Formats: sequence, C-alpha cells, structure tokens
Amino acid sequence: MSPGAASPIGLPLDRVDGPHKVSGSATYAAEFQPKDTCRALIVQSRIAAGRIARIDTRAAETMPGVLRVLTHLNVERLPQQGRAAVKPPAGREMSLLQDDAVRYNGEPIAVVVADTLEHAQEAASHIEVAYERGPAALDFEAARGGAYPPRKTVRGPPDTTWGEGASALDSAPVRIAATYTTPYEHHNPMEPHATVARWEGDRLTLWDSTQYVSGVRDTVAKTLGIPTGNVRVISPFVGGGFGCKGSTWSHVMLAAMAAKAVGRPVKLALERPQMFGPVGGRPRTEQRIELGASRDGRLIAVCHDVISHTSSFEDFVEVATSPTRALYAYPNGSVTQRLVKLNLGTPTFMRAPGESTGTFAIECAMDELAERLSIDPLELRLRNHAEREPDTGRPWSSKRLRECYRQASRRFGWERRDAKPRSMHEGPWQVGWGMATATYPAHRQPAQASASLARDGTAVVRCGTQEIGTGTYTVMTQVAADALAIPVDLVRFELGDTRWPRAPISAGSMTVASVAPAVRAACTRLRDALAKQDRRWLDAADDAGRRSAWRALAASQPTATEAHGESHPDASEDEQPFAARSFGAVFAEVRVDPELGIVRVPRVVGAYSVGRVLNAKTAANQLQGGIVWGIGMALMEESLLDPSSGRYVNGNLAEYHVPVNADVGEIDAWMVDEDDTRFNPLGARGIGEIGITGVAAAIANAVWHATGRRIRDLPITLDKLL
Amino acid sequence: MQPFAYLRADRIEDAIAASGPDARFLAGGTNLVDLMKSEVERPLRIVDISRLPLDRITETREGGVRIGALVPNADCANHPLVRERHPLLSRALLSGASPQLRNMATTGGNLLQRTRCYYFMDAAFDACNKRRPGSGCAAREGRNRIHAILGASEQCIATHPSDMAVALAALEAVVEVHGPRGARRMPMEDFHRLPGATPQRDTTLEPAELVVAVEIPPGSFARASTYLKVRDRASYAFALVSVAAALDLRDGRVHEARIALGGVAHKPWRAREAEALLRGATPGEAAFDAAARASVAGARPYRDNAFKVTLAQRTVARALRVAAGIA
Repeated sequence: MSPGAASPIGLPLDRVDGPHKVSGSATYAAEFQPKDTCRALIVQSRIAAGRIARIDTRAAETMPGVLRVLTHLNVERLPQQGRAAVKPPAGREMSLLQDDAVRYNGEPIAVVVADTLEHAQEAASHIEVAYERGPAALDFEAARGGAYPPRKTVRGPPDTTWGEGASALDSAPVRIAATYTTPYEHHNPMEPHATVARWEGDRLTLWDSTQYVSGVRDTVAKTLGIPTGNVRVISPFVGGGFGCKGSTWSHVMLAAMAAKAVGRPVKLALERPQMFGPVGGRPRTEQRIELGASRDGRLIAVCHDVISHTSSFEDFVEVATSPTRALYAYPNGSVTQRLVKLNLGTPTFMRAPGESTGTFAIECAMDELAERLSIDPLELRLRNHAEREPDTGRPWSSKRLRECYRQASRRFGWERRDAKPRSMHEGPWQVGWGMATATYPAHRQPAQASASLARDGTAVVRCGTQEIGTGTYTVMTQVAADALAIPVDLVRFELGDTRWPRAPISAGSMTVASVAPAVRAACTRLRDALAKQDRRWLDAADDAGRRSAWRALAASQPTATEAHGESHPDASEDEQPFAARSFGAVFAEVRVDPELGIVRVPRVVGAYSVGRVLNAKTAANQLQGGIVWGIGMALMEESLLDPSSGRYVNGNLAEYHVPVNADVGEIDAWMVDEDDTRFNPLGARGIGEIGITGVAAAIANAVWHATGRRIRDLPITLDKLL
Repeated sequence: MQPFAYLRADRIEDAIAASGPDARFLAGGTNLVDLMKSEVERPLRIVDISRLPLDRITETREGGVRIGALVPNADCANHPLVRERHPLLSRALLSGASPQLRNMATTGGNLLQRTRCYYFMDAAFDACNKRRPGSGCAAREGRNRIHAILGASEQCIATHPSDMAVALAALEAVVEVHGPRGARRMPMEDFHRLPGATPQRDTTLEPAELVVAVEIPPGSFARASTYLKVRDRASYAFALVSVAAALDLRDGRVHEARIALGGVAHKPWRAREAEALLRGATPGEAAFDAAARASVAGARPYRDNAFKVTLAQRTVARALRVAAGIA
C-alpha cells in the first residue's frame, strides 16, 4: 500500500453484499429460472434396508403435468454405476438409481419431473413401491460390538500414541475416566440444498447451492463421464452450508440426469425434511476419556477412544480425538477412532467436525479432573499449557491462548467464582460458571485468482471461491483494495463460478487463509503492471487524488490489463515445520431451575487466538454464530431416530430445536491481537468454526457447578436434571 | 398435495352447507396447510371461512367474554377484556407459537389444531391410528418423550398441543358450534375427547359443525391465576408440560381452584381431584403439593416420558404457588 493510504484490512467494513441480501436482489440457486424450467422431486425410500421388489409408476406418469418418472428401471446407466468420482469431500457415495438396493430410510429411489412442483408432489404420492426388507442395523449401542478401525481419518491413521501411550496411566497418582456421548444432528442451513440444471447440447450448467463449485463440476463431469470443461457450476450466494454443502450429494446429479431425460432445464430443491438423511449430518459419538495426573495437576497421560457411526456404504470418521491431540502438554497419550455401520445416510463434516464433539468430551473431562484435584479449572489448563503440539512436538506457528485465558477470564469475572458446586444463586435460580478451551486447526490450500482493470475504473477481481455467509465478498474486497491501493468501492469481487480461477472448498475455516493470498498475489501483479503504465495513483496524496488518477489510468488503457495470481502453502500440513491451530477460551454462565430442570445461558464470554483479523465485523459475527450453535448443541439439538424404521422423526424446524433469540443471552466474543505470517502472508488463520468449539463443555461444566450434576450425554434437556 | 376444490363462504350457513366428510374449514391455515403439504390431511374441498363475521370479542349479558372463532390469537391475547378479566388466557396464548403464527392463527383453529405426535405428522409411517384408523400406534414403541401420560389408550398416546385450550379448560369456557342441525353449546371439557378406540376423532364435533365462538363465563380467578409452560427451549416450542392454575381466594382460604394441564393427554386435562383437595384448604406448600400429587393420579408413562410425571407435579405445585402469590 502506498504511503498515506489507510489499509482497509482489519476494518469492520459492512458486508458489500448486504444490500443485495436485504433487498432480495441476491440470487440463490433455486431462484435461477432458465426458460422452460420444470421441477423435479425426489421420492425417498421408506425402509432402512433391503431392495425394491416392485415400483409402479404408471399412475404417476399419466397424472397432469408429469413429464417423466425416473427409477432404477429406466434411468441412464452411469460409468462405474455412478461411483466414478467417489473422493471426499467433494465426491461421495451417491444414490443415483443405478440399482434396486435400499440402504437407508429416506434414500432417493425415484425422481418425478413435472411442469410444477405441485404436480410433481401429487404424482409422487401415486408411486407404489413394494420392498423386500433386509436386516437393518439401527441401534448404535447394539452395533458397538462390531466397531472397527477405519482405514484413515482426515487427521491421519485412526490410532495414535505418543510417549508411553496408555500404559503411562498406571503410574499416575490421580486418574479419572468418563464416557461422553453426543447425538445425531443435521446442519439445516436456512437455505436447503437446491440445484438448477440446464443442458445445451453436451454442455451442462448447474446453479447450485454449494461450498465448492469446482468440486461439484469435477464430481458431476466424472460421474456422468463427460469432459470437465463441459460443466459449469454457478453459485453466487449460499444461504449457509456448515459442511453439508461441501459434498456433491445425490440431488445434484439427479437434477442433471433429470434435465437430460426431459430435455428441459430442471430445478430440484430439497424440502426441509429431506435435509435429514440424504445430505449428511453430524454423526453420533461415544467417547471414553481417561486422564492421569500428578497431585499438583500436571497431566501425565490422556486416552481418548471414540466410536462414531457411519453409513453401511461409506466411511466417514468424526475425528473427535483431534482436539485432544492438540490441547495440553501430556507427555503420554493414546487416541483411537472406531466406526460402527448403521443403515443411515452417510454423516459428514458439520461445523467444526471433530472439534465440536471432541472438545465437549475432553473439556468436560478436564473439569472433572479439576474437581478431583481441587484445582481451579482455568489454573489446571494453565499448568498444562502446550507450548508445542503434544503428539508431534512441533512448535506452533503462533499461539496466544494464554492471552485468551487472561482476557476472557477477566472480562467474565472468573476470579469471583466459588469453586463449590451449588454455591451460587440468583433468586430461585441456581447459578453455575464453567469454562473450556476452544480450538480448531488451521488449514490452507492452493488457490488462484485474477484481477483486471475495466475501463470504467472498476477493479474486477475473480476467484472460484464461494460466499457461504461468512463474508468472503467483503473480506476479499478489502484484500484487493489493499493490494491495489485503491478505495474499496472501486473493487468488484466475483466468485462462485467455475469460469473463474480455481479455489478450494469453503470449509475447514480455510477460505481466508487460502484465497486471500491468491487475491493479493493477483492484485499485486496488476498493480505492478499498471504502475509501469502510469503510477500517479500510487503517489497521490489523498483518496480523492488516488481515485481520479486511477480512473484516468483506467480510461487511458487500450485494452483491459489483467493479471493472475496464485498462492499455496510451502508444504503439506504434516510436513510443515510448525503446527498451525487456533485456540480460544470460553466462559459460560448458566441458571438452572432446580425444580423444573430448565437451563438458561445468560452470558457467554470468549476470547480467540485466530491470527490476523481481516474484517473485525464479519469475524466477530462468525464467533457469535458459532457460540449460538454451541448453546444449541449443549441444550437442545438432536435428530431423533425412530428405532424400528430408521427415520428421523423430528425432521422439521418446529420439532428439531435450535436456539431462538430468547435462548441466547449476552455474547461477548473477540479476537486477541495476533499476526501469524508463518502460516500465510496475510497472517490470518481462519475463524469460521472455532466459535462452536468448547461451548457445550463450558455449559455442561457450568451446569455441574450450578447443580452438582455431571451430564455427559448431550443435549442437556431438562429431563436429565429432574 | 392432492388437488382440491376451494370455496369461500360469506355466511355461516353457506360454510356449513358446503362442508362434508372430505371438506375442511380453512381459517388461518397455520396448521391445516402444513398438514396438507405433508399429505397428512388430504381434503377434497376447502371451505374458506376467513371472511365470516366471527372476528369480534364482546362482553356477554352475564358479564362473560365471548370470543369469535376467527379472532386471531394475537388479538385475543392483547384484547383489554381478555387481559383484564382473564390474564390466564392471555398468558397462555402468548406462550404459544411465534408472533407471526399468532397473527394468523384463530381461536377456532387453535382449538382444532392436530397433535404434534411425530408419527402422526409424518405420513411415511404406516402405523398411526389417528391418521389411518386401525393401522396401529408407532409411538408406543417409538420415540415418545413428548407423549401422553394420562388418559391415553392402546390405540393412541398423542397429546393435544394447544396452550389456549388449556387455559380455556381451566376457565370452564363454553364452545358454541353451528351445524346442519342448528346450534349447540358444550363445555370445553366435552369438546376435546380422549382417544379410546377412535383416536381419529380429536373432538366431539359432528360432521359439518363449525365452531363459531368461545364464551368464558364471569369468574373470580383474574387475580390469582397463571399459566406455566415448560418446554425444551425458551420460546417457539410445544409444551412438555403446561399448567393453567387459577384460585379464588377468600378469607385466607381457597374458595375454588381450577387446574388444567397441557402436554400430558389427548385433551386439556382437568385435575378435578386436585381441585377438590384444594377447596377450603389454606393456600400453601402442603396443600399445593398434595394437589400436585393428585393431578397426576393414574399417570402411565411410556419408555421416554416417565420424567413428565415428576415434571407435571412440580409444575402444578409451582403454578399454584405463583397463582397464590407465594412463589
């Protein structure tokens, strides 16, 4: 940036797409309406296992408006039975009507295509299906006996030990062991999945609500057996993803197949109940933790054994041991991940996968250890602060967790806490204070971007990344304006299109760390190229001068100047000489009605070490949203599985409880000063997921402090406290 | 959604004449339309009654309050006559649903809303005697944390979800209905029914009968009454247990008591035994605890809802204390 120009990096800039969203001019996937678009509706299985013995679509096919009914009997045969692109996260095992098998209740078994949604729905209710039932595994407890180690996890092998492993527990003077469980959950972003598919000859355009446009393009092209270049995916706005839109699920392919079958564009939008099963969810977990410590609270060993569920046809591992491996300076440790197969849809990444469920277990266990040792829970964590990554010994790229503990505990007033449970009251309420450490790993992947100067003076910056509500449009506008040394309103950042340079999935809290360096590289190249033509805008004394010099430069260009940039980490995460991870400290106050078991959370205070913050407003927004979800995870969120049919029975937003405004008290969340340039040139680590981590544990620990009751099974509904 | 004919009635007689076994009256539509979308309700004819002149709240000659069947829940909750004379009803209404729903939902529709039993609401479940008579009850062996502990039958363990109806039961409101054979009035207690062997019938309404109004008789419960709703989140959730409690206190004693429970049975559950215990008693913890125990006499929980027996007792005791002003 030129001298005199204030950098927009870090400013709490309002969302540049905000006016579009509040005025309705932001176009979401299902709102695209190519000419002649018709509607497709997925018909789902009603048994959990077996096969379709007979499917009669004759009545449905003759109903008003119906164009086609696709079933396994008439659908196009795909290369490798539709499995040509199975490569998570983008490519999953889909249900593409290639055979008569039924593997879970709610699995897509047919697609009705009609001129209107109402016609499709009515026709769907006239399809008759006879099943041959097979044995279904639906009981997590019963399936535990068959738990097996997965081949791998996203954090390496399923089992890891360091030091002397579990045997070191034997020498520990103080030991605690407990089992924690977390339930089935489903993402339920405000905008359910939706895809509009249009064929023009052998070229396919998909308007899709996705966290990964190029992942969808690659998966769809490969699954159909057509060149990648023939598929374009467009996704300018996504109404929340939280992980479920990181994969290409069956409906995307089925929309493309249906459009081909009827020769018209097809819109396929999932209904809310269809969000429970065919598009992933958070797996159920059972986590046994054992901690060994000296009497003065030095951790000697940790064991964390996790069983999570997956589907009968694809392994997905909820790596709940991940935070345990990173949190404390235990010289010895052993963690294991096991899976049980159930006849349910495959679970998937859901906001802070691994870390959300894992921090609940390890951070409750730490509280139980603190109680046993009569040491303050915060003090116990400080005594075991990890100066290096415990299982590898690598130094951290940057870590300011101690500062988080200091700032957050002070703001919360932790020193006023009476350690005894049931010691604090407010009128008829029991009051409890609990805390936990938050953590989420820092990821970064290669990304590319382009930048060009249009004749009207707009810097058009493009990248095939996604805006999933986190503020990508806004933050990248700031990064571009900073690199180009121009005011932010002269930048137009475009994303969500496979025509733009490739970017990674918007997941794993890595968009800023991956995309911002690429945007900066492209814009720096453009600036350098333009400066050779006319550098007066860089030397201008003020914004007005910069603006007019920049416009003059733009108007004088014979052709638009364009530059490309790319950025990638120097080594893979396992090979880099440091460990990169974000941390935080979260404190919660609860009030418990001792008679009725009602729990309220009047306040949550959290401080976070997340690297450099590029936009203070969108960053705080992510933390607050994560904390709200953490409150829901702690107190109410659960998909209820019917034990005999394998259907989730509360598949709607009236019965699937997430916090409403009245459930959310005061949230005070902020980022401590930090700049992690070892991790990437912008010094940012990412912020999208850490907010949810630790919250459920802090609340559960506060509930113990209020009531003396340890609730180790989420959610903490009032019946568990009666 | 199944195609249906749509008719709009401008007079009560027209609405009744247009009704029939395959017809449904449409008012606010907050429950019916949802159930039609999910194919739980498949009417062939919709009779839109929203323009009928049933949207007023008036005082009766005896000093009671008459609430037209089409008065929106929000308007009812905020009406001066209701707020002053029957704050219990106002509280109950405001504890239900959300502001948007309360603006649409009507008095008659609220009485007639269907159960939130998971197995009733999802047409993919074959077994639901309420939805498909004779098909069985999937809830008995299924997820039944939200289900009934009182008055259920082999055939059905669903609960009635209304908050308003619980308050009206405690206030001994009277429901006025018009039908092909004229008008009749029945006490709230007789309006909803227990499931028995015919859980497909939520109420005692005859075919083509239309609720036109609810009347609350004058009473002396305004000061010592409350509605206490216990649920899984702070707002916008159905009751696990709710209690409408009202006391007529005279000379330091309970002259009369009314207790109705929601979330525990197929209908608003009047705890008459508990009321009888309180009559003449000195208001206080001992009397209220005894009444609370009596309120759940005969409770029969299922796999997931045993907690409701405890919760209901404690909620009754709490509500009585709040009503008496000693909480």
